[in-house]
Amino acid sequence: MSKRVVLVEDELNIAEAIRFLLSNEGWRVETLANGSNAVEVIRKAAPDLVMLDVMLPGKSGFEILHDLRADPDLETLPVLMLTARGQSRDREMAEKAGVSRFMTKPFSNAEMLDAVRELTS
Amino acid sequence: MAREALTGSRIRERRVMAGLKQADLAREIGISASYLNLIEHNRRRIGGKLLLNIAASLEVEPQALTEGAEAALIASLREAADQAGLSGPEADRADEFAGRFPGWADVLAGTRKRVVALEQTVEALTDRLAHDPHLAASMHELLSTAAAIRSTAAILAETETLQPEWRDRFHANIHEDSRRLSDSAQALVSYFDSNDDAADAASSPQEEVEAFLSAHDFSFDVLERDGTDDRVIADMVEQAPELVSQAARHIAGVVLRQVAEDAARLSLTRLRSAIADTGNTDPLALAAALRCPMPCLLRRLAALPELGAGLVVCDRSGTVIFRKSVEGFTVPRHGSCCPLWPLFAVLGQPGLVVTSRVNQLGRAQAQFECFATCEAISSAQYNTPPLVQSVMLLLPADAGAASGMEVGSTCRVCPQDNCRARREPSILSAGV
Repeated sequence: MSKRVVLVEDELNIAEAIRFLLSNEGWRVETLANGSNAVEVIRKAAPDLVMLDVMLPGKSGFEILHDLRADPDLETLPVLMLTARGQSRDREMAEKAGVSRFMTKPFSNAEMLDAVRELTS
Repeated sequence: MAREALTGSRIRERRVMAGLKQADLAREIGISASYLNLIEHNRRRIGGKLLLNIAASLEVEPQALTEGAEAALIASLREAADQAGLSGPEADRADEFAGRFPGWADVLAGTRKRVVALEQTVEALTDRLAHDPHLAASMHELLSTAAAIRSTAAILAETETLQPEWRDRFHANIHEDSRRLSDSAQALVSYFDSNDDAADAASSPQEEVEAFLSAHDFSFDVLERDGTDDRVIADMVEQAPELVSQAARHIAGVVLRQVAEDAARLSLTRLRSAIADTGNTDPLALAAALRCPMPCLLRRLAALPELGAGLVVCDRSGTVIFRKSVEGFTVPRHGSCCPLWPLFAVLGQPGLVVTSRVNQLGRAQAQFECFATCEAISSAQYNTPPLVQSVMLLLPADAGAASGMEVGSTCRVCPQDNCRARREPSILSAGV
């Protein structure tokens, strides 16, 4: 059975590229462009991995991560955060909120795929 | 050598700098050249009247020849040595260096001071780069677009059996993103360009509106003629290339309706005629002569291109909601304005008119006759404070006018030290 990932990314072309890459690796990819209902969708989808942008309409990636970690069923769910905000402060905030991996844009496809494999192996 | 023993060396250096021969100075102060020679080689202690006479002849303060005057200089030299990693016997001879080469020591200490000031400024600007919301948004846009292009380009380059529909889709995405990248980069360059032209770097709705108004020189003949026809205003807004965002179009519509209402109340033709009759542009006299409310009159004066006036309007929160820029008076694009502006002195006091000559500290020194007033813009309701707007007109002051009140643009870039209204340190406080 193929693994599932929920990708929350409002940059549609990035989302499309990631969806293509992960689909080629056998993943089932569900994409969201808005953060407002992301936690509900993730809870329902019960994915193997969540990929989160930080700056999202509706609800920020940090808020979503915080909500996920507050849910006992989702507190250990691997979360890969993708952001164009690479400041150390953001990285610290993400780590404090319980991120599994933090990657800054632009990243290479190979780097992203390696991170996905590591987080779900 | 001990610092106090170097007064002679300083005398010698100052004498040489003054172009005096040892014999000439000795004669002038009434001692022998050989005795002066001993003093200059620090073999005789010197003080009292002789020191004062030598200082007078060399036209320097006596302290400049003694250790006290050089304490700060020597401390600065030691700091410079520390930072450069200079240690050992040479580093210990800062006082001797200052004594023997006071001019060079001043240059070195001054340069050191300048370096420290510049470092502080760089730090402050770096902080600004990290926290400026517009810059942060632009950088985010750039990086996000670059990420999309990089991922998509890699897929195109590295996927051997890419289906044609996917390939076409990714080509289209790259095309779209490369245009976005180009636009974002251009906007960023415009942002850093310090050109004062309001049409540049229109990165917010307010700036789009200002660019639109500037393109029309803040004057709209059609509104002077046709009054407040909403269709005319809607057409103007729709056809304006400067108004890109929905928010900008909304704001521009509000501004144009205000212009139309003002024009209906006081045409520019009538205003010009009144100025010609009275021979001046004093708003109070004109308002009385024309029976025009002061806020309207100030806005109308700002609409006369020949006056070269500026105008700033703020709402009850002090937020600037309209600006007509004028060279020499900066209205900040980001952050809060200087609270010393007369604009804010009248806020919350409808009917009060304040006049003041002001000059804004900064690069472009210019003086303005400033007139500010406040008006209620909502109808009266019981126990409800009215919504108000303050209007401030800036008329360039006559050349040679006496100095006015000094104000800033915003604390971050205001050089005024010890300002009673300062909210935060200036990035210019390092003296740049």
